[in-house]
Amino acid sequence: MTTKETLGIRSFRVLTGAVLITWLILPLVPLAIWSFAKGWFYPDLLPRNWSLRAWEYAMSDTSGVLASLWLTIWISLVATFLSVLVGVPAGRALGMYKFRGKEIVELLILAPTIVPGIAVVLGIHSIFISLGLTNSVEGVILVHLIPTLPYMVLVMSGIFANYDPAFEAQARSLGASPLKTFWYVTLPAIRPGIIVGGLFAFLVSWSQYILTLLIGGGRVETLPLLLFNFATSGRNDITGAIGMIYILPGIIILLLTAKHLSGRSGAVGGFGQI
Amino acid sequence: MTHVSIKELTKVYPGATEPSLDRLSLEIPTGELTALLGPSGCGKTTTMKMIAGLLEPTSGDVTFDGRSVLKDKPEDRGVVMVFQNYLLFPYMSVADNVGFGLKMRKVDPVEIKRRVGEMLELVKLPDLGDRKPSALSGGQQQRVALARALIVQPNVLLLDEPLSNLDAHLRFEMRDLIRSLQQEMGITTIFVTHDQEEAVVLADRVALILDGRMKQYDLPDAFYKRPVDEATARFFGGHNFVPGTSDGCRFDSPLGKLTLPEGAATGQGKLTFRPENVRIAPEAAGQNTLNAVIADIIYLGTQTRLKLRVGETEVDAIMNPNEVETFSVGDTLPIYLPISTLWVIR
Repeated sequence: MTTKETLGIRSFRVLTGAVLITWLILPLVPLAIWSFAKGWFYPDLLPRNWSLRAWEYAMSDTSGVLASLWLTIWISLVATFLSVLVGVPAGRALGMYKFRGKEIVELLILAPTIVPGIAVVLGIHSIFISLGLTNSVEGVILVHLIPTLPYMVLVMSGIFANYDPAFEAQARSLGASPLKTFWYVTLPAIRPGIIVGGLFAFLVSWSQYILTLLIGGGRVETLPLLLFNFATSGRNDITGAIGMIYILPGIIILLLTAKHLSGRSGAVGGFGQI
Repeated sequence: MTHVSIKELTKVYPGATEPSLDRLSLEIPTGELTALLGPSGCGKTTTMKMIAGLLEPTSGDVTFDGRSVLKDKPEDRGVVMVFQNYLLFPYMSVADNVGFGLKMRKVDPVEIKRRVGEMLELVKLPDLGDRKPSALSGGQQQRVALARALIVQPNVLLLDEPLSNLDAHLRFEMRDLIRSLQQEMGITTIFVTHDQEEAVVLADRVALILDGRMKQYDLPDAFYKRPVDEATARFFGGHNFVPGTSDGCRFDSPLGKLTLPEGAATGQGKLTFRPENVRIAPEAAGQNTLNAVIADIIYLGTQTRLKLRVGETEVDAIMNPNEVETFSVGDTLPIYLPISTLWVIR
C-alpha cells in the first residue's frame, strides 16, 4: 500500500518536473536555432544552412549589443544595490515590529506588483520631467526601484519575521560594536534573504521594458529595448542571438543561488510567516 | 572584582501604567553569586538587561565600584549576559563562538586559539571546537555559552535561568560547574530564575522580587526560616499560616497557646512553620503538642504529605513515609511543632 502510494507520488513528481522543464526550455529552442540559421523556412524542421553571421553581428560594435549589455548590467546592478539598501531596513521594520498603519505600508509597498506598470509610469513620467530625471540612466535606475523594491522588502520581512534580535544583544554584551554586530551576527543571518531578494530585484530590473522606454525616452537603450527593435524589424536570426545573450544572466544567477531558493529557505516566506 | 550596586532602579515600559520594576535597590558584594528570584514577568530579566546596558532604566542608577555605568554602552561595561536559550551564533563553529568576545577585543588569533582551547577544556568540551552549535545537546550548548562569556573575564556575569532548560541530572553537574568557575575566577555573578530551588542551590544570596518590588534579600535559608511575609513564605512552599496574637513568648491562636522562640515578633500576626518541620509527638505530651486528625495522605515517593486538621485549622505536614505508613485517613495523630521552627509574620 505504502509503496504504491510513494510510487504514485514519485511518478507525479517526475511528470510535473518534465512538464515544467518543457515549459521553460522548449520556447528557447527555436530562439537558439534561429541564432545559428541562415534562413529557416516552412516546412523545414531545421534550417538548411547554418551560419555564425547573427552572432558576428551581435558581437560587433556597429550593432551596439555589447554596449547595451554593459549598460543593462550596470542599471540592474545599481538598482539591485539600492533595493538592498532600502529593502533591508524596511523589511526589518515590517518583519519585526508592530506599528500603527503597518497594513497600509505593506499594501503600498506591494501595490506596484498589483497595479499595471504603465498606469503608474505615466504619472511618474510627468513628475520625472519636472525633476529633470527623464532621458537619463539615473532616472531609469530610480524608476526601476518601483517594481524591484516590493520583492526585496517582501523577502526581507519574511527573513526578519523569523529573526531573533536577542542575538544582537548577545553580541553587544560580548563586546561587539553596533557595526561589528551587524557584520558578524545580523548579516550572516539575513544573507539568504539578501541573495534571494537581490536576485529577484536584479531580474525584475533586467526585464523592464515600459519603464525604461518611457523614462529613458529612447536614449537609454537597454537590452530588452534593443531586442524588441530587432524582433519587430523581422531579423529573427539577430533576435535569436540577442535573446540568447539576454537570458544568460538569469540562468547564471539561478544556478549560483539555487540552494537559497528551495522551499526550506526562510528567504522565500514573505509576509506570510509573520 | 566588581561591587555592583543598584539604586532605586525603576522601569516603566512605554505605554504601560504599572512599572515593570519598582525602585529596586540591591548591593551585590564583589565575587558573590546572587540570585534574582521571582515568578515570570516580575521584572527580573528587565533588571538584568538594565545592568547589561541592553535596556535603559526609567530612573535609578547602577554603579560598579561606586561609578555609574548607565552612560556606558553595553560593549564597554565589562558585563556579559548569558541568555536562557544560549544564543550561540549558528553560523559559527563552537570555537568561533567561544572566541567571539576576544575577536571583538582584537586579540591576536593565535592567542585566541590558545585561550579557546583552555576554556573548552575548563567546561569539559575539549574536542567539540569544530562542531556547529546545532550539533550539540542542550547541556553542551549551555557550557559553550558559559565558556563564551567567561573567556572575556567579565567584571560582572549575568545568567538568565541558567539551570531551567536542563534535565535533573544535568542540573547538579551544571550547578557545580558554574559555582566552581565563578569561585575560581571571582566574578561577581547575578542570575535570574523563577525556580526557588535553583536559587537556593546556586546562590550565596537571594533577592526575591514579587510584582516588581523586592520582598527580601537574604541568605538562602532565611527564606525558609524567617520569611518577611506570607507571599514570600508561600513562594518558598510554605503552607501553614495561623492567625493570632503574639506577646513575644507565646502565640495565642486557634491551635492553642504555643511557645515561641526568643526574639519573635509581637502583636497581631500569623504563625508559620514549614510542613517538613511538623513532627510526630514523642509519647510524653509536652509543649507545642497538638492532637491532629488525618484528613488526607499523599504519598510522594521519598516523602509523604499529610493534610491534618487541628480543630478547625488545617495543617500541612511532610513526613518520612516509614513514620506514617501505619496510619490511615481519620486516625488521630499527636503532632509536635518544635519551638525553634516557629516564626511569626507581622
